[in-house]
Amino acid sequence: MNSKQLQTWSPWILLITIVLLWQGACTAFEVSEFIFPSPTRIASQFWEFKTIIATHAWRTFWVTMTGFGLAIVVGVLLGFVIGSSRLAYAAVYPLMTGFNALPKAAFVPILVVWFGIGVGPAILTAFLISFFPIMVNIATGLATLEPELEDVLRVLGAKRWDVLIKVGLPRSLPYFYASLKVAITLAFVGTTVSEMTAANEGIGYLLISAGSAMQMGLAFAGLLVVGAMAMVMYEIFSVLERHTTGWAHRGAHNN
Amino acid sequence: MAAIDSSNASTPFVDFKNVWLAYNAELAAANHFAVEAIDLQVRQGEFIAIVGPSGCGKSTFMKLATGLKMPTRGTIHIDGAPVTGPLKISGMAFQAPSLLPWRTTVDNVLLPLEIVEPYRSSFKARRTEYVERARKLLQKVGLAGYEDKFPWQLSGGMQQRASICRALIHEPKMLLLDEPFGALDAFTREDLWCILRDLWTEQQFNVILVTHDLRESVFLADTVYVMGNSPGRFVVKKHIDLPRPRDLELTYTPAFTDIVHELRGHIGAHRTATSST
Repeated sequence: MNSKQLQTWSPWILLITIVLLWQGACTAFEVSEFIFPSPTRIASQFWEFKTIIATHAWRTFWVTMTGFGLAIVVGVLLGFVIGSSRLAYAAVYPLMTGFNALPKAAFVPILVVWFGIGVGPAILTAFLISFFPIMVNIATGLATLEPELEDVLRVLGAKRWDVLIKVGLPRSLPYFYASLKVAITLAFVGTTVSEMTAANEGIGYLLISAGSAMQMGLAFAGLLVVGAMAMVMYEIFSVLERHTTGWAHRGAHNN
Repeated sequence: MAAIDSSNASTPFVDFKNVWLAYNAELAAANHFAVEAIDLQVRQGEFIAIVGPSGCGKSTFMKLATGLKMPTRGTIHIDGAPVTGPLKISGMAFQAPSLLPWRTTVDNVLLPLEIVEPYRSSFKARRTEYVERARKLLQKVGLAGYEDKFPWQLSGGMQQRASICRALIHEPKMLLLDEPFGALDAFTREDLWCILRDLWTEQQFNVILVTHDLRESVFLADTVYVMGNSPGRFVVKKHIDLPRPRDLELTYTPAFTDIVHELRGHIGAHRTATSST
């Protein structure tokens, strides 16, 4: 196995090693399955409750993707406004930073008052937690144009809009994809946190009910599913990024 | 061969009359000007070079000549009309090629045609014709075979050639170059001098070349203006009477080096004069 192959397989090797160590530790120290379940226990619980987990996982997935879709629309629009106007940048940015510092879990009770228990709070929490990185990245991509290039185009009579469409937007695409990868993982966090207190369905709800029933294996299985879904989405965006904005990563892929 | 015998010498193509520029009202009130008292008359088709130390206002001059900045005092006429805004008859290239990495070389060269009228409105309909024109231009500067490569697959000198093609694709009457060869090695630079010389000889546009390379200015220009340090003003105007067509051998002749030496003296003299005050 050469070093290139080793690199490809390294995440799986690491995963297997961790699982083996985990199993070994649980068996050797006879850890109670109610405190810290072993991988085999998690696997058996996973299999036993697979339809229940699948229902909750599907719910968490589409709720997250809805919130995330909302975050893309709002994040891109806001980022476009902020990045294309100095005034908007100066006005909006400090407020947005302040807003981003608020713990999004704290919004859940408010959202419950407004929208009731269910889908509403979860979608909105996923949205609130994930639109900020998208907005910031789009704004940065637009705001950091080379002044010379702008002169070249402005002298030809280019309007601000032309410069944004021809140069600004394509230029901010790599930033956009980078932000999607951050935002999608955050969106799963948002949904799960919200579901823990404000839903009767979804992985977050499953975690709480499994926890209160001392079904630790099931709770861990739920956590794994959220992690796996986030990883899959992350990888999808990575592939998309490489195929559409390869020009921005030439150094890494040429050799 | 060159445009020395231009017929309409009576009305200059570029006409700066006592032009002053301060970057904002506060600086103007404080009598702090980036360039001052610029008087300049350029014939149709003339190649002028502006040399001077860094930060002397050369780039400011470029912004005035393209209408990107309006003068605080004085008037600028270009091609017989007062300058009131960005001048579409000009093309610009800078030290950084600033090509767009997601466009191929030929698409980069086409970019101005997607923006400037009258090409803009007919761009979709006549695209093949324009692509052909861009390819011809690229071949002329020695980029045949690289038209469909991406800029980041080209060397620095090649990128700069493409950048000059982009400045020329809409057939501007005036080409403005701001230290275009400053980041290139000496041999590549001399190659590009010759390419610029040939393009200019063939198409007879006006060139305003801003540079800090005296040899470059003497080799290429009809007239060299030396700009003094802050505030920027022209301290010397020198006609270069070397015969055209000029080739690189000329740069090793005594006549050539004498002119370079003389210009160098002006820059040095002016600097000591200002620093001693």
